[in-house]
Amino acid sequence: MNFLLRVWRQPNAKARGKLVDYEARDISPNTSFLEMLDILNDNLLGRGEEPIAFDSDCREGICGTCSLTINGEAHGPDHPAAVCELYMRKFRDRATITIEPFRVRSFPIVKDLVIDRRALDRIVQAGGFISARAGSAPEANSIPVPKHDADLAMEAAACIGCGACAAACPNGSAMLFTAAKVSHLSLLPQGNPERVTRVLKMVQVMDAEGFGNCTNTYECEAVCPAEISASFIAKLNREYARASLRRSAGE
Amino acid sequence: MIVAITGIILIIFVIGHLLGNLQIFLGPDWINGYSQHLRDLGPLLWAIRIFLLLTVIIHIYVTIQLAIENRRARPEPYIDRQYAKATFASRHMVMSGLIVLAFIAYHLAHFTVRITDARFALLKPDPLGHYDVYSMMVYGFKSYLVSGFYVLGLFLLTLHLSHGSSSFFQSLGLNDKKLTPRLALGGRIFAWLVFVGYTSIPVAILLGLVKAAQQL
Repeated sequence: MNFLLRVWRQPNAKARGKLVDYEARDISPNTSFLEMLDILNDNLLGRGEEPIAFDSDCREGICGTCSLTINGEAHGPDHPAAVCELYMRKFRDRATITIEPFRVRSFPIVKDLVIDRRALDRIVQAGGFISARAGSAPEANSIPVPKHDADLAMEAAACIGCGACAAACPNGSAMLFTAAKVSHLSLLPQGNPERVTRVLKMVQVMDAEGFGNCTNTYECEAVCPAEISASFIAKLNREYARASLRRSAGE
Repeated sequence: MIVAITGIILIIFVIGHLLGNLQIFLGPDWINGYSQHLRDLGPLLWAIRIFLLLTVIIHIYVTIQLAIENRRARPEPYIDRQYAKATFASRHMVMSGLIVLAFIAYHLAHFTVRITDARFALLKPDPLGHYDVYSMMVYGFKSYLVSGFYVLGLFLLTLHLSHGSSSFFQSLGLNDKKLTPRLALGGRIFAWLVFVGYTSIPVAILLGLVKAAQQL
């Protein structure tokens, strides 16, 4: 298969970027999208040109490092999948493919398609943890957790923190990410003691990082490679309202 | 959350106003009596009007602030952009809302303050001594231009409500995974019922199904 790629090239954070055209030739349909970029980079290196910088790590959809907007969709057209799980057979032969970074003010571009997502780390640092030392794994049935809660917490914990939610959101909002992190801890007995301060602090840092506001378009859940449901955002709204009431009641 | 609560208040008004207006199909006595009843409320009517005005102002002020923050959150737009799920209505709430605001301003000048149509002052009271709202509506909607703008305003309100009337459940956290798609469908159906309900009045008047109770 052959493709015409229009790739965002930006030498550093301060420089102005632009789309540059490249041709990817003789690509097997079973090549993954990132492997296709590797092949293109080999060719560029062979010609003495600067290779395209992009992020990737595990390449099996569990680390959340890859972060490309392909033809205007975060992680490309094959939802729910991260870019590393996207194969070239999804595209038509001789298709034109536009590749841009995740575009959110809070994710500044480092180079080409590489972005700095430490804003998400700072949201987690604000309260996405349990302060008490939990020690090693306890005996499985020593703390009973209702099945429904355990399942829901597991669903939320599937978030790999890639930031596609904010990238896809028309408003650049990181609500789905924050909602997943808040929900997964608040549903479990271990996370319950810090439930009120956690949601207040995490939302405060999320706003301070310059993310936009949720207007319930649900674009985030459509692109999420971990299939986090936007109903966790409703849960975050509930948690936040509950915590604000408790805080104003003097707790 | 403020947007959701003010939105709910405005939705309740939209429903109440629609039920009031539909009385035109029950004849002049009904709707003229109903509007006399509203005017007889006196200070309470003004309290409701001021409350609604404040609600509109808060709804708009907060959403414009949010929209400015949202714009700042993505200073460099995507060159190519595809939406996987976000509807046209949900992405254009500010646009549809502001056009509806312009429509409301005209609508109030037209039927409440009655400064756009000199004929409304010539209407005689109906046999029961009430202002003839029935005939006022008929003469008001006889113009294709006025009715056309009314339908356009209602269409944008429908667009606004097809997102807004289910979106507030999410903002207030009153839903879950199963309920959300049902609420979204219900919101869309509600919005189109509002559209059909309101636009049935000018359509019926233009088709000659509802005729003025008095000649000018």
